[in-house]
Amino acid sequence: MTRTNGASGGGGGGQQQASAAGKLPRKRFYRARAHSNPLSDSHFPVPVSPDEFDLSEHYPRYFPADKGSGEEAPPPPRIRFADVGCGFGGLLVGLAPLFPDTLMIGMELRDKVTEYVKERILALRASNPGQYDNISVVRTNSMKYIPNYFRKAQLTKMFFLFPDPHFKEKNHRRRVISMQLLDEYAYVMEVGGIIYTITDVEELGEWMRSCLEKHPLFEPVPEEEIKADPVVKLLSTATEESQKVARNGGQTFHAIFRRISLQE
Amino acid sequence: MEDRAVEEAEVSGAAEFAPALIAAHPHGNSVAVAIGPELRVFDLKVGSPVLLSDDCGGRSHSDAIRAICFSVSGALFASAGDDKLVKVWKTDSWRCIRTITSEKRVSAVAISNDDLYVTFADKFGVVWLVTLGEDGTEQVSVDNKPVSILGHYCSIITSMKFSPDGRFIATADRDSKIRVALFPKNPLKGAREIQSFCLGHTDFVSCIAFTNISENQSFLISGGGDSTVRLWDHINGCLLDTCQVRDKMEELLELNETDDSSLAIADIRPSNDGSLVAVAIQSFNGVMLLACDLVGKKLSFLKVITMEKSYIPTSLASSFSSELLWTVMGASNMPNQASSQLLTRLRIIRRFQKDLLSSDNCPAILEDSEVPHGEKLLLALQGSLDVAKQEEVLASVLAALKVSMHKMLVKKHYSEERREQRKRGRNDKKIKS
Repeated sequence: MTRTNGASGGGGGGQQQASAAGKLPRKRFYRARAHSNPLSDSHFPVPVSPDEFDLSEHYPRYFPADKGSGEEAPPPPRIRFADVGCGFGGLLVGLAPLFPDTLMIGMELRDKVTEYVKERILALRASNPGQYDNISVVRTNSMKYIPNYFRKAQLTKMFFLFPDPHFKEKNHRRRVISMQLLDEYAYVMEVGGIIYTITDVEELGEWMRSCLEKHPLFEPVPEEEIKADPVVKLLSTATEESQKVARNGGQTFHAIFRRISLQE
Repeated sequence: MEDRAVEEAEVSGAAEFAPALIAAHPHGNSVAVAIGPELRVFDLKVGSPVLLSDDCGGRSHSDAIRAICFSVSGALFASAGDDKLVKVWKTDSWRCIRTITSEKRVSAVAISNDDLYVTFADKFGVVWLVTLGEDGTEQVSVDNKPVSILGHYCSIITSMKFSPDGRFIATADRDSKIRVALFPKNPLKGAREIQSFCLGHTDFVSCIAFTNISENQSFLISGGGDSTVRLWDHINGCLLDTCQVRDKMEELLELNETDDSSLAIADIRPSNDGSLVAVAIQSFNGVMLLACDLVGKKLSFLKVITMEKSYIPTSLASSFSSELLWTVMGASNMPNQASSQLLTRLRIIRRFQKDLLSSDNCPAILEDSEVPHGEKLLLALQGSLDVAKQEEVLASVLAALKVSMHKMLVKKHYSEERREQRKRGRNDKKIKS
């Protein structure tokens, strides 16, 4: 029989258990493929524009239902960090206590993985009241729909941790960092915002660095600044993928660049 | 139902029909029609068909032309299509001055306002730019290869236009996006900075056009597969107004059964002063006119000009100098059509301008005898004057165009079960189990 069915059935059971008891979901119930085709037409809902991206379901504490209390409400907060291809959500969980007042979102294409992260966040919220309310996850294809979620100059940090290497040249267009896609990332990032990339594949590391170097809207962040950035440490420790690399004693390659305004 | 229709088209290998295209010289010097690989140009000043000369060594078009345009100055003309060729023509002599080979099929083409660059979009959603010589002269360096300046992530670009002030290049795609990018002084390094995304369409965007109201102000208009025409502030990416064409058509035609894709917008064309927008709609025999109030930022339904039952325009054109709205209907690669006779049908609407709002000055469809240069022009651009023969051919065009639009732009929607079924049939899974 198909393993898919069995796994999804188990996943359902896992979800209920987890959310009921506030326990962390178990990865074994959320087995998924390691890859997903970013080129295929999507069949999940995507907001038509950022105006229609409903944040209240993602961050209920920041969007209380009873808005009409008479007082001038402050403008609703906006998402500032995006973890593109968040996988099992390790980075988000690591970042949440570091930036408790910053809304962050993970974007993941694989539905089961997204389900896992959702459950994980709900469980963390349940067992740590007042924490982890600033992180959430959405299932989407960020290579196609970044502008549907974020407005111009909205993000201050974007993360691309251990993306699919897509070694074959004919598949290079599936890489999540490319000149074309950097245009869109630059559009949603504010000037001064920082893009973090890391990989354990040397070839891909060179590719990502060279794309960023070529792009007129990005410049490298100086080494001393990188050393002082508390986020950088998380890149190589927080995610499941990075832990796997560390276990195997692998090398990692990062490229950290700042969004600048165009100089002509 | 939907599934089956799509699949049938796939199975029968229904060729890709290319709709006929029309473009008018901005100063009214000439008009061009593209049908299949054929480019037909008629000189309106002299009153005779133009003999295109293509002696610079490049190939001539060998497959369907998908995009044609005049430059704003009228000095240049570009054509491009499925044969992966982009050809740039000088319009005074109608000589081809450049033939550029693209790696992929070309879906859109545009010429920058200063006549210095031609841009074209390929099937992978990448926009390429080529420098034309100063004043479009033929002295261009040999290594003048196309450079990619921007891209839509693996989506077909359906339309590409420069803003009237030349600051922006706007591109629309089948993923319902419109991207407005700054067109830099030195575009060879790419148009990397995005000014805005115009998001609001819920299906593919089939056409975009700028309206120019004054030197410094213009708006963007778009039409799409969701049968809406939308008015945008492209500087800020704000949707200003939406005209629901479907509602209007259902009201007017008392259609009780419309399937999803039958009322997609095929083409739009604003009038010179920007006060009117002509809209060609799939399955509608005629043209819809919308009033465009650029001060109040409103798009409203004005009227429809109905034509004979079998006439559904596929492309619209007009020039700055006259008040004629040119419309054409036709398709290439018809199954029962010899390649030697690619027929189109031309209809022209008079008084496509603001004062048609007054009732005694209605826009009127020109009879064939009233067309400028009469039969001579029709014979040159349509390929035939035999109405009976045309009727026969054009009747089959209707169905063909629908399939073509479907195949190229409408995304396939599979039900949950179908998707599961397809997954189960996957080869890699089979090997594992």
